Amino acid sequence: MRMNGTSRMSTAPRPAGHAPAPAPGSGRRRPAWRARLARLDLKTAPYAFISPFYVVFLLFGGFPLVYTVWVSLHEWGLASGTRRWTGLENYRYLLSDADFWHAAVNTLGIFAVSTVPQLLVALLVANALNRRMRAATFFRIGMVAPLVTSTAAVAIVFTQLFDHDYGMANWLLGRIGMDGVDWQASRGWSWVAVSAMVDWRWTGYNALIYLAAMQAVPRDLYEAAAIDGASRLRQFWGITVPLLRPTILFTVVVSTIGGLQLFTEPVLFGAGAGAPDRMDGGSTHQFQTITMYMFGNAFGHDRYGYGAAVACALFVLIIVFSLANFLFVRRAGGTR
Amino acid sequence: MRATMRRGLGTAMAAVLAGCLAAACGGDGGDGGGSGPVTLTVDVFGEFGYDRLYRQYEASHPDVRIKQRKVSTLDDYKPRLQQWIATGSGAGDVVALEEGILPAYMQQRAKFLDLFDYGGRELEKNFLPWKWQMGVTPDGGQLVGLGTDIGPLGLCYRKDLFEKAGLPTERGEVGRLWPTWDAFLATGQRFQAKVPKTKWLDGPTAVLRTTVLQNAGAGPGYSFFDKSDKLVFDSNPAVRSAFDTTLKFERAGLTADASVFTPPWQTALKRDTFATVPCPSWMLGGIEEFSGGFGKGKWDVASVPGGSGYWGGSWLAVPKQTDHPGQAAELAKFLSGPQGQVGAFKDKNTFPSSPQAAADPAVAGHRNAYFGGAPTGRIYGATAAQVKPVHLGPKNEDVRQAVENVLIAVGQGEVRPDDAWSKATEAAAKAAR
Repeated sequence: MRMNGTSRMSTAPRPAGHAPAPAPGSGRRRPAWRARLARLDLKTAPYAFISPFYVVFLLFGGFPLVYTVWVSLHEWGLASGTRRWTGLENYRYLLSDADFWHAAVNTLGIFAVSTVPQLLVALLVANALNRRMRAATFFRIGMVAPLVTSTAAVAIVFTQLFDHDYGMANWLLGRIGMDGVDWQASRGWSWVAVSAMVDWRWTGYNALIYLAAMQAVPRDLYEAAAIDGASRLRQFWGITVPLLRPTILFTVVVSTIGGLQLFTEPVLFGAGAGAPDRMDGGSTHQFQTITMYMFGNAFGHDRYGYGAAVACALFVLIIVFSLANFLFVRRAGGTR
Repeated sequence: MRATMRRGLGTAMAAVLAGCLAAACGGDGGDGGGSGPVTLTVDVFGEFGYDRLYRQYEASHPDVRIKQRKVSTLDDYKPRLQQWIATGSGAGDVVALEEGILPAYMQQRAKFLDLFDYGGRELEKNFLPWKWQMGVTPDGGQLVGLGTDIGPLGLCYRKDLFEKAGLPTERGEVGRLWPTWDAFLATGQRFQAKVPKTKWLDGPTAVLRTTVLQNAGAGPGYSFFDKSDKLVFDSNPAVRSAFDTTLKFERAGLTADASVFTPPWQTALKRDTFATVPCPSWMLGGIEEFSGGFGKGKWDVASVPGGSGYWGGSWLAVPKQTDHPGQAAELAKFLSGPQGQVGAFKDKNTFPSSPQAAADPAVAGHRNAYFGGAPTGRIYGATAAQVKPVHLGPKNEDVRQAVENVLIAVGQGEVRPDDAWSKATEAAAKAAR
C-alpha cells in the first residue's frame, strides 16, 4: 500500500504552483518534519541496531546457503575443473544413493545413542550441583572443563581407550570376564565409542545450562512440596523438570543441530580405524556421518556439486528433525 | 536531547556499516610489479627437505626471496589446493602435486604453466622415464609437473622376531625368501605358525598397491582405468590377480589391518604386533620415530617381493595464477634438478626420481644406522630402476581406497572373503563415478 503511494507520488507530474513551498507554511512544517523523523527513528533505529548481525549473516550465512544450492545443480569438480549444469540430477541420484542413506542412518543412530543419555545425565548432574555443597563453584566450573579441551585431543585419547588390542575399554571388559569388543569394526559399537566422545564433551555444558535454569526456580515451591511430604525424587520430577521445560526444549534443539552435523569426533576416530580415507568412517563406512560423506564427496572425490546436494539434504533433515524433536518434547513434557 | 543522540548513533551506525561493506568489497588489489626482491611462495605438505636449498637459491639469486607454506598432512593440503586452483587465487608460485592428485589436475592443465615453454624439454634425461612421463599430459603436449621424490619400496622386517620363528635374519638371505608374493605368503604362514601372537604384515594396503603396479607394469600398462580413463577394474586381469593375491593375506589372517601412520599402527610399532612392513623410502623415518628405543637394533630392510614397486612421490608445478611465471619456473627446475634432489635427500631422505641424483655417492652410498646399517641407497635405487610406467586415471586414488576398504573389512570379519570381489567391483564403480 505505502509502496504504491510513494511510487504514484514520484511518477505523477506535480502541479507547478505547489512545488516551491511558500514562507507561511514553514512555521508549521518544521515540527511535522521533526515528528516524522522521530517516528522514522523509532521505527528504523531498532533495525539499524540489530543490523550488524543480519549483515554478517547475509554475507557469511545467507550467501553460502544460496551458493550451495546453486553448486548442487551442477556436476562440478574442483580438482578436475569440470562444471556442467545438470539441474536436479544430483538430487535424483541422492534419493537412490545407498551410501547417503547409510550415512544418514549412522548420523541418526549416533545422535540417538549420544543425546538421550547425555541430556538425562546432564539433568541429574545439574540437580546434584544445585544442592548446597562445599566448593560448589569448583565443581560447577569443573563441568565445563571437557569443553575447553580440544576435540582433537579428546578424540586421540578416546581412540586409544577404544583400541581393539590395547584399549582400556576392552581391558575393563576383560576384567569382568567379558570378551573384548572390536570398537572400530562393528557398526553398533563404533557408534557407542563415538557417542562416548560426544557425551564426555557436552554433558557438562548442558548440565550448566540446566543448572542456570534451576537456580531460577523459586525456593518456596520446594519448601511447600517438602511440607506436603514430597520426597526429593518427587520434587525433582514434579517441580524441577516441568519448570525446566523451555530450557530442555532449547538443549534438545541445539543438540539435534549439533548431533546431525557431527564431524570431528568420527573423523578422528576413523583415522585410527585403519581405513585408508579418514572421511570413510571405517572400512564399511560403519560410522560415516552425513557431514563426512559431504566432505568426502566435495573435497576428497572431486564431486563438489554432489557434496553441495548432500549439504542441502542435510539442511532439510536438520529442520525436519529439530521440528520433530521440538514437538515431541513439548508434547511429552507437559499438559499444554 | 536523547532523541538527537539516538539519531546520531543510528546515523553513525549506518555509516560504519556502509564503510565496512565498502572495505570488504574493495581490498585485495595484488602487488604486481614493483622493485626490490620478488617473494616466491612454495606450497608443500609433509617433509620435502627444501630448507637448505631455499637459502642456497636465495644466495645465488639476490632478487628472489622464498617463503614456504607447509601443511603437515596431504589430507589437509588437498582441499586447500583445490580451492586455490578453483578460485584462481591464493596458490603459491610453486605447488607440490602428489601422485594421487596429479592425474586429477591433468584434466585442468590450463590452470598450470606449460614448463616446456620454460626450457623443460631438455630436462627429460634428468628423470626416470616413468616419473617424467607422469608429469606430462597424456597427449604429450604440456609439461605440467617436474618430478621430485619417489617412494621405491623395500620390506622392513623385525630381525628379532624372525630369529624367534627360525627364519634367516641377514637381509640378503631374507630377500631371497620371497622372490614372489606367493613365497612371501608362505613365509608368513611359516612365521605365524611359530609366533602365533604376532601378525606377519601390518595391513593390506602396500600389498595391493604394489601388486597392482607390478602386474600392470608387466602387462597392459594400466590398472583400474584404461588409457582413455574408462574404468576397467572388473575386466583387467592385472587387477584381478593383484586383488586375489592381497585377499589371500586377508583370508589367511596374516595382517593386523592397520593403516600406516594411524595411532594403532604407531602403537603397534612399540610392540610385537607385526613382523614386516612394506616400507617406501620415506617411511623409514616414521618407523624410526615411532618404534624408537623399543625397536632399536631390531629392524632391517630387505628387497620387496616381485622386485619393484613404489608408493608416493610428488611433482612440482607452477599455477598460471602466479605473478612471476619465469622466476617460479626457474625455482621449480632448481628444486627438482639432480642437485636439488640430492640436497633434499640429505635433509629428509626423500628418495630422488633423478637417476643422476640416485647415483650420487650421497644417495647411493647411504646407509641407515637405525636399520642395522642397511645400504638403503642401493636397495631402493635397485627397486626404483625396475619400475615400469603405469597409466593412472584421475579417479585412481578413489578406487584404490574403496577397494582397500573392502580388503580391510574382510580382515575384520565384516565382509565374507567369497563376497569380496563383487563388493570390490561395486565399490570401485561407485568410486569412479
